[in-house]
Amino acid sequence: MNWTAIIIAGAVMGALAIVFAIILGVADKKFAVEIDARVPQITECLGGANCGACGYAGCAALAEAIVRGDVAPNACPASKGEKIKRISELMGVEASAQTPAVARLICTGDCETAAVRYQYDGVPNCRIANGLAGGPKKCTWACLGMGDCIRDCKFGAITMGENGLPQFNSAKCTGCGACAKQCPRGAIALVPTSAKVLILCRNDDAGKEAKDNCKNACIGCRRCEKSCPAGAITLVGKHCVIDQDKCIGCLECSKQCPMGCIITL
Amino acid sequence: MNDFAKLLVLLVTSILSNNFIFSRFLGCCPFLGVSNKVETAAGMGMAVTFVMALASLFTWLVYNFILVPLGLEYLQTMSFILVIASLVQFVEMFLKKSSPSLYKSLGIYLPLITTNCAVLGATLINIEQSYNLLFAVSNGVFGALGFMLAIVLMAGVRERLEFSKMPNALKGFSSSLIIAGLMSIAFLGFSGIGG
Repeated sequence: MNWTAIIIAGAVMGALAIVFAIILGVADKKFAVEIDARVPQITECLGGANCGACGYAGCAALAEAIVRGDVAPNACPASKGEKIKRISELMGVEASAQTPAVARLICTGDCETAAVRYQYDGVPNCRIANGLAGGPKKCTWACLGMGDCIRDCKFGAITMGENGLPQFNSAKCTGCGACAKQCPRGAIALVPTSAKVLILCRNDDAGKEAKDNCKNACIGCRRCEKSCPAGAITLVGKHCVIDQDKCIGCLECSKQCPMGCIITL
Repeated sequence: MNDFAKLLVLLVTSILSNNFIFSRFLGCCPFLGVSNKVETAAGMGMAVTFVMALASLFTWLVYNFILVPLGLEYLQTMSFILVIASLVQFVEMFLKKSSPSLYKSLGIYLPLITTNCAVLGATLINIEQSYNLLFAVSNGVFGALGFMLAIVLMAGVRERLEFSKMPNALKGFSSSLIIAGLMSIAFLGFSGIGG
């Protein structure tokens, strides 16, 4: 083996590397640009993948935007919990993670309560059933219970309940909204985890018809609206809608509802 | 042929018949990755041109004044990677200080070029063809212009594709690959130009 050649080769590469390292080191000092010390610290807390999901060209650009105050400290979708907290500390603002939300079924029309239009014997698929004469249930807003959402959930947070409606496990739900997007009836909504009360119906049929279609239907009687001291409930179309930001959690509405479609969590 | 004529031939061949992407298949990663918008594609092309010219210059110097006298020609790939990586770092620092606007517009593309095989390919071709310094740098610049042409054309096509109807299976990346192939075949028509 020719040891001299190996040593020379190694020495040359090493020398090159050292020369470049020195040049870069000097250049780093010479061309140093004064930047806010928080920028590199925040960059460390971000995802680090330069994924661009925040809308900025890379993590460093987002860090600069955070320091400038253009965006909130929680603007990085890939950073969670501790990291957001650290960024908030650096920026001197209260840690406010994005309001966590979980998916909920906005329907209580199970096999017992919801009236049936026809017997569906086709492929167990919500989209197909929905396309067939408005679906097998009389109420055209009702959950069809074929479990499309169960198949679409990447986190195993949805299971089929005994009553023929999907059950949402809020401990496993990440609030990604995939199930809500695909539901052909729009019967799934993302609800803040802080919500105390939910109105589990969104039908727009007139009271009588709604009642015929489903025993749990909102009939638009406005009792909840009148009972709410915070003015959080309003009648939209022919059903009542609750504004979770205004809700004070007094639970008065759930006591007033004659149909039992307002539930407390 | 005098040198000027040779340079002209080099210009035409490296942009059309020896295009880095369509006939040498180098630098395909940024070609597919950063060709969503014409604007960013042009930015990437500019950055590559800039780095490729400097890389050609410095690798040529390193090869002819360090590696050849010591008989270490076999280390060219390794040392060139070292040179290119340091160069890109240096250019990044320099731009950050001297021209923040250019630095911002090149953005994330500049560090990405460190690992662009078209840059390494150009420098190795310079050595393989035993170009002199002028030709080496010209080859770098012209080759990068060819790269820019390819990536901007591709971006133009992809921008149009966004609005066209096509089968689900072909949407997005698969159609891009087919288009790249078709463009490559089209550029095959230039082969033979410039000898």
